Amino acid sequence: MRMWAQSHLCQKPQRTPSVLAAAFALAFLILGAGQSASAFPAFARKYGLRCSACHESWPMLNYFGQKFKDNGYQLMNDRDAPIWQNNGYWPVTFRFTPFWSRESTNKVATDQSPTGQQKLTATGFSFGGLDILSGGTLEKNISFLFVPSSDETGAFHFESANVRFDNLLHSPWFNVKVGKFELDSFISEKRELNLSANGATYQLFHFIPVGDGNIFGQLGDNQLAVEWMGHSYNDRTRISITAFNSVDGSPDRPYGQNSYSWFIAGSQAFNTGKLGVQRVGGYAVLGQAATTYATSGGAPVTGSGVGNKDFYRVGFEGLFYLGPKLDFQVFTQHGSDSAWFGQGYGDFIDNPTGVCQSATGPQPCNNTPGTQLIPGARRPTWNGAFVETHVVWHPQFTIFQRSEWVRMSQQSTPGTPSNLGDIDNYVIGYRYNPFMTSRAGFAFHNEFSWLRQRGTAPDGISDLSTNSLMAGFDFAF
Amino acid sequence: MRVFKSVYGCAGVLILVVAAGVAALAQEAPEVGPKAPLAVKPMQSHVGSMTGHAAAAKSDYRRYCAGCHGDYGDSNGENAVWLDPKPRDFTIATFKCRSTPTGTLPTDEDLFNTIGRGVTNSNMPIWNALGPQMRADLVAYIKIFSPRWEKEKAGEPIKIPAEPPVTIESIAHGKALFTKLECWKCHGLHGEGDGPSAATLTDSKDLPIRPYNFAAGKNDSRFKCGDTNQDLYKIFMTGLDGTPMPSFADVIQPNDAWDLVHFLRTLQVNRHGKENEVLSAAHGVIPPYVEKTPAPAAAPSDNKSPGGGN
Repeated sequence: MRMWAQSHLCQKPQRTPSVLAAAFALAFLILGAGQSASAFPAFARKYGLRCSACHESWPMLNYFGQKFKDNGYQLMNDRDAPIWQNNGYWPVTFRFTPFWSRESTNKVATDQSPTGQQKLTATGFSFGGLDILSGGTLEKNISFLFVPSSDETGAFHFESANVRFDNLLHSPWFNVKVGKFELDSFISEKRELNLSANGATYQLFHFIPVGDGNIFGQLGDNQLAVEWMGHSYNDRTRISITAFNSVDGSPDRPYGQNSYSWFIAGSQAFNTGKLGVQRVGGYAVLGQAATTYATSGGAPVTGSGVGNKDFYRVGFEGLFYLGPKLDFQVFTQHGSDSAWFGQGYGDFIDNPTGVCQSATGPQPCNNTPGTQLIPGARRPTWNGAFVETHVVWHPQFTIFQRSEWVRMSQQSTPGTPSNLGDIDNYVIGYRYNPFMTSRAGFAFHNEFSWLRQRGTAPDGISDLSTNSLMAGFDFAF
Repeated sequence: MRVFKSVYGCAGVLILVVAAGVAALAQEAPEVGPKAPLAVKPMQSHVGSMTGHAAAAKSDYRRYCAGCHGDYGDSNGENAVWLDPKPRDFTIATFKCRSTPTGTLPTDEDLFNTIGRGVTNSNMPIWNALGPQMRADLVAYIKIFSPRWEKEKAGEPIKIPAEPPVTIESIAHGKALFTKLECWKCHGLHGEGDGPSAATLTDSKDLPIRPYNFAAGKNDSRFKCGDTNQDLYKIFMTGLDGTPMPSFADVIQPNDAWDLVHFLRTLQVNRHGKENEVLSAAHGVIPPYVEKTPAPAAAPSDNKSPGGGN
């Protein structure tokens, strides 16, 4: 849910200005719905370890936690199978975040403003949705994760639902996961420390150029997929290949029957003495998705998608430690969509009333036979990066910041301002855990975030900027 | 005026939120929560070319170790009550996995290896994800809990002779030693940890302790102190201090110890190793061991060897 709101807020305002207000009002709702699949006190209870053993600051994993996850939620000792657990053990965790926040948007379309747009600011108490995380092992080397997640109204969706066969052939290089899950980027949006409405999303994990109809390349969204993942015994080397349906992780939105995309990631960690263990890697999303649909009475027929067009995202990711108290996460992306997506085609099932340009004029966003793009239409292309810093003052207190930039390098439609859709996003905050045990996680969280996207205000000319200030209590038990 | 109200409204709420935070943080810590950290002595460790410093591991010890071993290293972490076996008590500086003779302190490398290897049949994980320097620092930190580290030096590592070839005879001799040394009383005749004394065993803290079950586990079956034949050799030549498992260094000769290793490996029935291959080749039958009697001294003889000349 959060991802939809975010993409509409930041990517398509000129087409759906009313969504701005809705997104603004939904800011509170957004906050809690996004951090599914995060910290697991149930794991800590199972193994008798403090949360801090696996989390640099929960929910962000440290090296040990990453290894635990890559082993299929196993420490690889004789206590992994559930048969060794006390009968009372139940692998379930709840996560909840009550908070206060101030949300401000510089330009919102209103009837009362002489210019048609005005600044709006709202404050109030709210709470995030509820995440119910159940995960662990069914037997030695068979693991699972199941995460029903709700927004604050109690509307649930399944954020994750997967089973993984670990260490096939007695080798850590053969692990197969099937179901709905997060793509295997070791920089995880599901485990980031940020919680505020404008900070809780890695923009590059969801970036869609203005007017683009490709919702399928969002590597931050959990996907319906099968994954092969392999890693060395000590997890220094890790590699994965994932094949997923181009449906943005939603089985109830069957865009096409034959649209598959691929995610490939690999990384290598190396020891640098007192500085710590550094990790560098790369990833690529190589995808295709439908742009042509059969209709019935003008309405799109689900599952009828054909006319696949391509897209890709490639980039570098690194996690660098400068001693035990300071680390940097670096993530870059070069992305490109087919010109068809750039002209708005693709997202027809969810947005059947959208209007796309063609050589013969505006038409529904359905690439029906004979449709031709406007002359000069090109692949929208962009580059971006973010740097996230963590100062782990001590295991219970972490200060963080993130600076993120996305820059269009080629607009799909000739003559479009070159910076339309460019994003700047800055987040700063801290997280304090008053206690640290293996029974529950509790953090006092304070954060400020600021987001600006060029040229996407309701007037279609000026910039749209929003900021969030939030203070809350994040807890999992 | 509207702005005025808004600003003060926000400020008021912020104060409330901050106050709530402060109130929450001011709650009395639960009894099982962290205590005031111990003063860190300037202990060091030396592993290979690395020097570990206790001060550098203070935070990591709290993060990774204190939950079980306790902030004071006394094995009273908040998880300890739930663990079986109990975590190591660093205040008495008695360690099972050593390369040094029984009763002596382990080498820094012994502790370093234990952290990286983990301890099977316990809650101690494999901490090889931690960088080597971090583990070396933790080894130094462990030393702050016991004055023994300031008064004593680590023992001298025992010498491990080269392993002789595995033969059915060496296995048979090992089996005879297993009987003669009464290993079976604790470990059971088939090494399943069910000997007649098994139920009565306690460790040095009077806590019940189970003898190792060789037959459990699959091909990756490990011992507490490693998984190689050398590790197994070390276990009964140094003993597992703090447990009823004694050192046999004064009882058996090095080559006899290797024979015992070969036999013990055959008790790991699910393990694919050369010992079980040799046993399979002998159709799974270990022949009775016939004690080799020393050859009598050659009697004087008038007989000349063939071809011998005068």
